[in-house]
Amino acid sequence: MASPPASVVLDNVSMRFGGRADVEALRNVSFGFDAGQFVSIVGPSGCGKSTILSLVAGLRMPSSGRVLRAGRPITAPVTSAGMVFQKPVLLDWRTTLGNVMLSAEAHGMERASAEKRARQLLASVGLGGFEAAYPRELSGGMQQRASICRGLIHEPDMLLMDEPFAALDAITRDQISLDLGNMLLERFVSVLFVTHSVPEAVFLSDKIVVMTGRPGQVQRIIDIDLSRPRNLHVRQTSKFGQYVEEILELFMAAGLLRDDNWQSKDK
Amino acid sequence: MTPPRRIARPALTYVITAVAVIVVWWVTVRATGVKAYLLPPPDLIIMKMWAERASLLKEGAVTAWATVLGFLLSVAVGIPLAMAMTQSRRAYDVGYPLLVGLQTLPKIAVAPLLVVAFGFGLVPKIILVVLVAFFPVVINAIAGFRSVDEDLRNLGRILGFNRIAFFWRIGLPHALPAIFAGLKVAMTLALIGAVVAEFVGSDSGLGYQLLSASASLDSLLSFSALIALTLLGLFLYAAVALLEWIFVASRRTPEPEPVGGY
Repeated sequence: MASPPASVVLDNVSMRFGGRADVEALRNVSFGFDAGQFVSIVGPSGCGKSTILSLVAGLRMPSSGRVLRAGRPITAPVTSAGMVFQKPVLLDWRTTLGNVMLSAEAHGMERASAEKRARQLLASVGLGGFEAAYPRELSGGMQQRASICRGLIHEPDMLLMDEPFAALDAITRDQISLDLGNMLLERFVSVLFVTHSVPEAVFLSDKIVVMTGRPGQVQRIIDIDLSRPRNLHVRQTSKFGQYVEEILELFMAAGLLRDDNWQSKDK
Repeated sequence: MTPPRRIARPALTYVITAVAVIVVWWVTVRATGVKAYLLPPPDLIIMKMWAERASLLKEGAVTAWATVLGFLLSVAVGIPLAMAMTQSRRAYDVGYPLLVGLQTLPKIAVAPLLVVAFGFGLVPKIILVVLVAFFPVVINAIAGFRSVDEDLRNLGRILGFNRIAFFWRIGLPHALPAIFAGLKVAMTLALIGAVVAEFVGSDSGLGYQLLSASASLDSLLSFSALIALTLLGLFLYAAVALLEWIFVASRRTPEPEPVGGY
């Protein structure tokens, strides 16, 4: 079967960082995802979540093992992908529109139509009217929305997001999760999403890769079977709760989380 | 957001401050009865400056020319050097001790040697200006280029920018506020360098005029040259600040603290 472009496979990937302290970031990580899937990586700090993201982006090369995209090893930055960082990483000398257009310029898009798309994208995340504002005039949540627009302007087949909502307050976080879910409904793009937040991962994902602590290893891969579009009510359903609990139990089993009053439902 | 009001308010404050300084000066001189050859009152200096306007302008142009040429040379050498030193670890390891060594060298003490080597003309002046102005340009540019963090670099890589595209699109604009902070320091130092060079060995320029006026105890002319130098310094600084406003300050706050001044 011919693989669609964004089908990504990590095959027995290990990563060591040399230097004074030899750090083993990832050990024998294997998983894959198909085009159009939303995949989250959850795990404790330092489990190599972000390292996986930079491997799939082609920003780093694995120490051993292979990272394949459409069946071929990744050897250079995957410029067709979109990337959203933990910080917005907007250029503060460019306007909001100019920041989104940076990606359009980098990808050689035709200016007039790209600008029209950029304005549509900004409007769709509630930034209509802020096109001419500079990043410092925007709140943290607005900046991060703009950076998502920058990641989507060139219609990437893959969006890589590295704890993009970590610095936002809870309400903004919910809103931006909803916005992201809606934006993704309208396009066929696979997403690799790194987060600390288990409920956020369950809410957004088709598949969740649960990692253990350093060196990062895949503990379990969980398919999330919740219908789309998802609304905030989903979070009150028992199915949602079961997924969250399953992941928390994995963290407890790995000794990452301890709750003396916890009683597993399985027992 | 309208520029006129943003400029107008500080400009008014500047004028009021300048007038206040002159008034305090005038009152102090009149009230204490300080001898005019020690501290002339401002009104006499203003009249003297008007009377000597032709020579002040002529000598001022000489000093300004040396200052601006030396400043431009510092920028033309300093910015590429800072780029090289941030691009290559080896260039940094070689360049940094040299830079610091150059900065600790008492450049004013070098001035007589320069006169011996290059005579009384423009060349020793420009060399001295570059020696004093160069350091803040390089150090601030290095600080600016170094503040490009891992995220920005990764952004450039995922957007597919090569080194040149990255430099023009992200690296240089990102470093510009720090670079301008250095340029402002450098411009004020450049004028000092030019005046010192004129003190030590020159037959023209405001520094030379100041020196020869004090030698003949003409304190009015000394103070006139001094005020002319100050005005020249303000003008040159304002020119750099205007460029900064055009390229940087209208777009971002706050500005970084300059490093490497005296």
